[in-house]
Amino acid sequence: MYPENFRYTKEHEWVRVDGDTGTIGITDHAQQELGDIVYVDMPKPGTRVEQGGTLGSVESVKAVSDIYAPVSGEVSEVNPALAEAPEKLNADPHGDAWLVRIKLGAPAEVAKLMSAAEYQAYIGAEK
Amino acid sequence: MITKVRPHLSPNERLLFERSSPGKTAYQLPELDVPAVDPRGALGAENVRASIEGFPEVSEVEALRHFTRLSTWNYAIDYGMYPLGSCTMKYNPRVNELVARLDGLAWAHPYQPEALAQGAMEIMARLEAALAEITGMDAVTLQPAAGAHAELTGILLIRALLEKRGNPRRRILIPDSAHGTNPASAVIAGYAVEHVPSNPGGTLDLEVLHRIVDQDVAALMVTNPNTLGVFEHDIIQAAEILHAKGALLYMDGANMNALMGIARPGDFGVDALHLNLHKTFSTPHGGGGPGAGPVAVKKALEPFLPTPRLKRSGKKWAWDDKRKLSIGRVRAFYGNFGVLVRALAYILAHGGPGLRNVTLDAVLNANYIRHQLEPHFDLPYPAPNMHEVVFSDSRQAKRGIHTGDIAKRLIDYGFHPYTVSFPLIVHGALMIEPTETEGKHELDQFIDALISIAKEVETDPELVRTAPHGTRTTRVDEVTAARKPVLRWKPE
Amino acid sequence: MLDACGVRSAEDLFSHLPEAVRLQRPLNLPPGISEYEIVQYFRDRADETAHGYASFLGAGVYSHFRPVLVDTVVSRGEFLTSYTPYQAEISQGTLTAIFEFQTMICQLTGMDVANASMYDGSTAMAEAALMAVRATGKGRVLVARSVHPEYRDVLRTYAKNQGMPVDEFGFNAETGTLDAPDLDRKMDALTAAVIVQSPNFFGIVDEVKQAAEIAHRRGALLILVFTEAVSLGLLAPPAETDIVAGELQSFAISPSYGGPYAGIIATKDKWVRQMPGRLVGQTVDTRGNRAFCLTLATREQHIRREKATSNICTNQALIALMATVFMTVYGKAGLRELAEQNVAKAHYLAGRLQPRFRGNFFNEFVALADSREPDEINRLLLKKKIIGGLPLGRFYPELADSLLLCATEMSRRAEMDAVAEAFA
Repeated sequence: MYPENFRYTKEHEWVRVDGDTGTIGITDHAQQELGDIVYVDMPKPGTRVEQGGTLGSVESVKAVSDIYAPVSGEVSEVNPALAEAPEKLNADPHGDAWLVRIKLGAPAEVAKLMSAAEYQAYIGAEK
Repeated sequence: MITKVRPHLSPNERLLFERSSPGKTAYQLPELDVPAVDPRGALGAENVRASIEGFPEVSEVEALRHFTRLSTWNYAIDYGMYPLGSCTMKYNPRVNELVARLDGLAWAHPYQPEALAQGAMEIMARLEAALAEITGMDAVTLQPAAGAHAELTGILLIRALLEKRGNPRRRILIPDSAHGTNPASAVIAGYAVEHVPSNPGGTLDLEVLHRIVDQDVAALMVTNPNTLGVFEHDIIQAAEILHAKGALLYMDGANMNALMGIARPGDFGVDALHLNLHKTFSTPHGGGGPGAGPVAVKKALEPFLPTPRLKRSGKKWAWDDKRKLSIGRVRAFYGNFGVLVRALAYILAHGGPGLRNVTLDAVLNANYIRHQLEPHFDLPYPAPNMHEVVFSDSRQAKRGIHTGDIAKRLIDYGFHPYTVSFPLIVHGALMIEPTETEGKHELDQFIDALISIAKEVETDPELVRTAPHGTRTTRVDEVTAARKPVLRWKPE
Repeated sequence: MLDACGVRSAEDLFSHLPEAVRLQRPLNLPPGISEYEIVQYFRDRADETAHGYASFLGAGVYSHFRPVLVDTVVSRGEFLTSYTPYQAEISQGTLTAIFEFQTMICQLTGMDVANASMYDGSTAMAEAALMAVRATGKGRVLVARSVHPEYRDVLRTYAKNQGMPVDEFGFNAETGTLDAPDLDRKMDALTAAVIVQSPNFFGIVDEVKQAAEIAHRRGALLILVFTEAVSLGLLAPPAETDIVAGELQSFAISPSYGGPYAGIIATKDKWVRQMPGRLVGQTVDTRGNRAFCLTLATREQHIRREKATSNICTNQALIALMATVFMTVYGKAGLRELAEQNVAKAHYLAGRLQPRFRGNFFNEFVALADSREPDEINRLLLKKKIIGGLPLGRFYPELADSLLLCATEMSRRAEMDAVAEAFA
């Protein structure tokens, strides 16, 4: 369920590092909790974000959830598919429905995030 | 015997635009008694529009039938109990509608000479005085158009006073049980919001207040009774903590129906509060407005009230807009006058003793519901309640049925749902406010309905989960509505 | 009921209140009165107002005939006594009517999307300015002096604590239209919006396109305000407009000494998420039938709380319904003919007076009072049971010699002739 090559946050974001770029998304657990997602609001490419700072938000019919940046850096790409089809975030949160790509500002931050096993234990305990 | 609604005659009325036929009209205008003027010459040919594409073309009877048919798809107070917590859906006396439509009031122009507006001004002055007496405050502005508008006004008043004292401060404290408008209003007034956790009883926690109230806090916004329907027992001490640090106490008076003639905010330390005339004072909700949100304040805040203010000038009323310290206008003209007329009519009808009886009956009704339903629904906060009672769906949730489902099933029994999932501090809240309007017969039907639904949750949860079944429209797809918004009609 | 609650009287239910908060005396309000006495009290008050006078006041509040169907519809308990339509299954009446309202406002303004109403035109304008600030990420607003003075006051109240500077630009003393060079001079790259009104406070059809060009050149939005909705029967907002903020009082809403009225905000699709206020959207129910519901609610205070686009909750639903019925009754042909009658009446009156400005006007205009003081003219007219125009010195010191006069389909020729005589 939770890919081994991702790192996870307590706020239920994931990051996958390829070279100096981190791809960011929300976890399957997060999309389940949110329910049917109707809108995704992400910053423009070029925006600088700090680890733990607000990256954007994801909306269901009756809730808005802030998405926090798992790593610091500069937004290099926003997933264009989500504007037209936010429902993809419910269908494929770990794959096609990534949110943004970030050019990593502090790659060392990644190691401090949770592994897949740690994250699964974390959401198990949260329940 | 438990009665349930059944589908009634429900015509499949199309939208106005779909039932229009070219050339049909419903209007009548007199013959012009002056020469006609070519609008292109008068307004500039480049400014004059072509015809209004898609605008309705129906006959008078078609227009009337259209809106009459639509109306039958609504539930309303006139049909039955409307137990929305914190909304105070009470009977709307029809005499109030009549008096608000009297020609001399309905056709009064806000700029007509003061000498020819004395009756209207007298109505406003009398309402201000009555609301000051009911709340125990010193001065009232009738300008704000609704509760949230009034909150903004109240916080701007507080800001102006603190600015005058040298420092507007930066934070507004808001309990976690508050209405959503409270934080939104505070932010529009330029403040940062700090949420204050309630104590385990669901009320203000004095220890927390002691800890966080400092010279940077402008005010605490509190609803009393709070959204659990519980009176804030320590309100006087809370006011003292705030006042000791130079902060003020703002009260959201949405729940004033619980206090009339019993306790007055002005006597328990409140510096400013707003009332919702469309709740406590019976003006009709109209499917979402208009309302009116008078703000009542203590003397220290009076100089800052919005302009213009009513003032007595000899034997006449006059408008005073030369007030240096005022926060300015919060809307054009003087307020939702037509709503103010209705509210004063309500106050005159009841009088002082009658308003107190309103509160007694409203609180008795809520307690009766509480006692009858307590065996069937979980009551998360057992403190004595006032005008409303909040249950949780925790027992039903074990069967996979949530407050929203129970609410929808209530529709099949002929009632409007209670307030769902609010306050946020109760998980799966059922928030019930009967108001004084309901008699024992209606209350018993409502109670029986909820007990019956609680049983259905045990025996046939699917029936509840898919409710309502007896309505023209079943549950709607809100997800598609939000993902692919269609916000206006367009020809196919 | 008392037994069920375990108390001997309703009073006992309050015994848990601290003694110190209890009111120890009766409210100092007289005892209640009967329906008959209530009607009598308000009749007496109504008689103390300008009952039975003809009026030439406009200035943001207009006297138009109210078709009888309007009160017939809004008096139905199903509309009058229902709550905000959160429960879609039993609120389709209100929801459908609001959807029709939103559609008609779009048709009239040429915008893509309109909300379900704001408190009034003045607060709609202030909220439109805040919306432009969110949409552009800039902070300053430039507003024409020919926008209703009270609307500008409200804008300043809203702006003061938002860190939103508000500056004004002038009007041309000859034409009464906006002073484009002055606007151009005052524009800067930090300006989020330019606000103009048309017909403006002087009744003049303003140079909206020109203002839009100047605004867009510097990356600002153009907000168009209207106070006289009947003008939309003949005048469409230019396509260059970004946000329309207006007042619908003219659509069968009684003057009612200043309220309740209904404001609107309409805009282009791309700004919809920055727009405040409730929205109704089309969807289907579980049986696949068309249905309507409140939507995009995540912009609103009850969900987003301190991050909401606005704090507005209760709006003006029933008043918007009045406007909806009005628009239905007048319809495509009627709204135009009504607007034409207004133009004809106002131009008849203006033809007998001395208009202060050369610009094209709709149904009100500024008249120069050169033989008598404005107040003197009004005093003469009151003797004939006519309320004259609004003396402008109160809002514009440089126009202290002028009156703002409005004529509508309800103005009769004989009364207009009497006004002309008073000026002579």
